[in-house]
Amino acid sequence: MDAITIAMIVLIAISAIFVLLGAIGLHRFPDVYTRLHAATKATTFGTIFLAVAVIAHGVYSYTKAGAPDQPAYIVLVAHTIVALIMLLLTNPTGAHAIARAARRSGIEPERAVIDDTREVR
Amino acid sequence: MITFLVLFVSMLLLYLLLVAGSGGGDGLLGQLFSYQEIGAAIVLAILTAAIARAMLGKAKNRVMNNPGKLLKAPFMFIVFLFPFFYAMAEANLDVAYRVITGRIRPGIVRIRPKLKTDLGRTMLANSITLTPGTLTVDIDEKSGDLFIHWINVKDTKTDDERIKAVCGSFPAWARRVVE
Amino acid sequence: MTFGPSEVLLIGAGVLSLGILISLFRILLGPTSADRVVAMDTINTLVVGLMIALGAFYRQVVFIDIAIVYAILSFVTTIFIARYMEQSREKGGSD
Repeated sequence: MDAITIAMIVLIAISAIFVLLGAIGLHRFPDVYTRLHAATKATTFGTIFLAVAVIAHGVYSYTKAGAPDQPAYIVLVAHTIVALIMLLLTNPTGAHAIARAARRSGIEPERAVIDDTREVR
Repeated sequence: MITFLVLFVSMLLLYLLLVAGSGGGDGLLGQLFSYQEIGAAIVLAILTAAIARAMLGKAKNRVMNNPGKLLKAPFMFIVFLFPFFYAMAEANLDVAYRVITGRIRPGIVRIRPKLKTDLGRTMLANSITLTPGTLTVDIDEKSGDLFIHWINVKDTKTDDERIKAVCGSFPAWARRVVE
Repeated sequence: MTFGPSEVLLIGAGVLSLGILISLFRILLGPTSADRVVAMDTINTLVVGLMIALGAFYRQVVFIDIAIVYAILSFVTTIFIARYMEQSREKGGSD
């Protein structure tokens, strides 16, 4: 096995672990807010590593490919970067929107030791 | 005018990123962009910026009013990415630990980060969401107070201690980048 | 079949599909509608990742273009459902 394969295995393994942990966290935690923690953080992190693996693969293939095939790999890497930026911008905002909607629609955080939103409402 | 320029530059960069690889020349530089695409990028960026300017010019206390800070912001943002990614890795190990052991002590706390601009608040709220054990739930729009769901509440006495425990040095970073 | 960098991507895509499957059970079980939206948001993120991985594996750039559009549209969907949940409560409806 060459270096690029080993690097890809490491990146994909990290991504796979966090994606699975995020999905399992949806079932392990008791309420919406704690589930959001697992879902947004772990899956965003996992997807970042997957995208980094794809970018590494694209750069490697670019150096190996012949001149006519090379532009396709530039497009691949550039578009992966755009997709990654979109995910990084939208994921925390979406999580925040869900949390706010859940709190305003009256879902209480389970097993909470402190809840400052109660005094405001 | 400054809003227009900021929009123009960011739209131009986005378009050029999307059409990278259209060149058809030799080598990496020759393959990147064709002249037609660069021309189309400039025209479309001017159009988009002209249309979107009216919508984005409404935010309160904008950084965009101050050209010096505006030029500094992108560089500070890139520097900010390093502590951010470190905190993010830490956050994920923390979440992994809690998924496996199921050891949680959740609660919603109120903190007062004292940020003035909308952009600074947005940045802080998003960084808090992606870092250890915390998730922004709501914002009090008048005072800028954030309500934060905390997966493992630690007991703190003063407000400053609590801000430190929730988001570390992020308010200072948000202030440095955009205020 | 040789085992190279591309095949590693296919394994990654398989793991993402497994994550989507696990999240689907939360949509079926989820006691409140907020739980279902959380699971849907997770699935959207994973689908974007899946499209990127498969796009690189099959060397189809159009998959990644669709992933970008999907990421933006799924964000709009999430915001829209969140807004709906907030307002249905304020007007006295049930969730």
